[in-house]
Amino acid sequence: MPGKRFTESSAERDPALVVVGASAGGLHALQVMVSGLPADWDTAMAVVQHRSRDSYALCELLQDVTQLRVCEVEDKQEITAGSVYLAPPDYHLFVEDQHFSLSIDAPVRWSRPSIDVLFESAADAYGDRTVGVVLTGANSDGTRGLRRIVDAGGQAVIQDPATAEVRVMPESARRAVSEACVLPLDAISGHLRQLRGRNRVPCARAGE
Amino acid sequence: MEPVALPNAPATYGADIERIEIELLLEGVYRHYGFDFRSYAYASLKRRLWKRIQAEGLPTVSALQERVLHDPHMMERLLLDLSVNVTAMFRDPTFYAAFRQKAIPVLRTYPFIRLWHAGCSTGEEVFSMAILLEEEGLYERARIYATDINEVVLQQAKAGIFPLDKMQEYTNNYLRAGGKRSFSEYYTARYEGALFNPSLLRNVVFAQHNLVTDRSFAEFNVILCRNVMIYFDRPLQNRVHELFHGSLTNFGLLALGSKESLKLTEFEDAYEPLDAREKIYRKLG
Repeated sequence: MPGKRFTESSAERDPALVVVGASAGGLHALQVMVSGLPADWDTAMAVVQHRSRDSYALCELLQDVTQLRVCEVEDKQEITAGSVYLAPPDYHLFVEDQHFSLSIDAPVRWSRPSIDVLFESAADAYGDRTVGVVLTGANSDGTRGLRRIVDAGGQAVIQDPATAEVRVMPESARRAVSEACVLPLDAISGHLRQLRGRNRVPCARAGE
Repeated sequence: MEPVALPNAPATYGADIERIEIELLLEGVYRHYGFDFRSYAYASLKRRLWKRIQAEGLPTVSALQERVLHDPHMMERLLLDLSVNVTAMFRDPTFYAAFRQKAIPVLRTYPFIRLWHAGCSTGEEVFSMAILLEEEGLYERARIYATDINEVVLQQAKAGIFPLDKMQEYTNNYLRAGGKRSFSEYYTARYEGALFNPSLLRNVVFAQHNLVTDRSFAEFNVILCRNVMIYFDRPLQNRVHELFHGSLTNFGLLALGSKESLKLTEFEDAYEPLDAREKIYRKLG
């Protein structure tokens, strides 16, 4: 089923791309977040979950909790609204203009896929129409990328470390991105649903 | 200890200026050296460029262009950055297992088997396939061509030395790929690394070939091009697929990387899947 293409006119007002990073504890956090998204969501989401090459079927486990289309990215796959795209294991995921590309360049901070790689390329391609979300995890991947998204005018959401299975990743992001909204896990999808255009939705900021 | 440099432009760098600079750099490289990176996937290319820019301590893409045009050694370094795809032996073991199960029976019916590793880089895949063919008793009938854009990298592949600390990973991959022997039989541990048996290359010819600019040079029963075209944009992928299609015998096999696809290329209907999941395709007659 073809989704709505991202054209300049439709993306003018809505966030174009939500990019999400998770590591240890990510499966549960992603299930909670994705299950709260509306079936008719008109935005796209790209996810890097640190995964080993022999990882479980993340796609099926997330598809179970949502009617949005969940799939692993194939090279040059188009970005369409209402889809949740997963970085495949052992590839980096890049955002091009209207589609994704993959690479097998060296791991970044020992990770491939790398959250920073996704976030930085999203910031470059979508600028202030990017929303970055950092969830639970055991290293600081995603911190630099989230900073870059905000510097490009985009928005940032961090899972409240108190609700995270492993606090390290969201703590690291919170220290570097004071502009980010820090939210309990079960409030993140509600926040994403409210995002429209470049208006900021009130929330507890990391810097406060 | 954490790695240091941020291989990308500072966020304040104007995106339009950056694109102009990158296009000018690539145009300059093409005109002066003949390497055509103009149709590479932009985001991954950009990241690789910035890694080189920062490694050289330069401030801008334009500064890199200036160095590249005036210093061939700089171009050599950049060429390595843009063309080396270090991978692992038996990367995606399920691919090799599927190749054993579905492709080998077909190849067994041919008196001679011509294989082309297009974009062989540092040679991990060449050795993997040589080992597989050897174990299936087909190596003697095989003539293998391994090509890459980069001479330096071809020399490295020919030398057959791989890091010792990778051997455990490679052994695991090999076993999961259906390896029938002991992986350590295929190499000897030396100071400089694991030296793979030169006899594995006795039917292999290494040659320089540029997928972007060079023409077809022979007909093959099997073409392997895995995780090479991910660095190309869609138009270039179509051009290379045309090259491959014209270089395959009828019912010849094309093997792509696990997350690559013929879908959305102009050649989707020219092949049928031999193994759809592992991206092994058979050219229709």
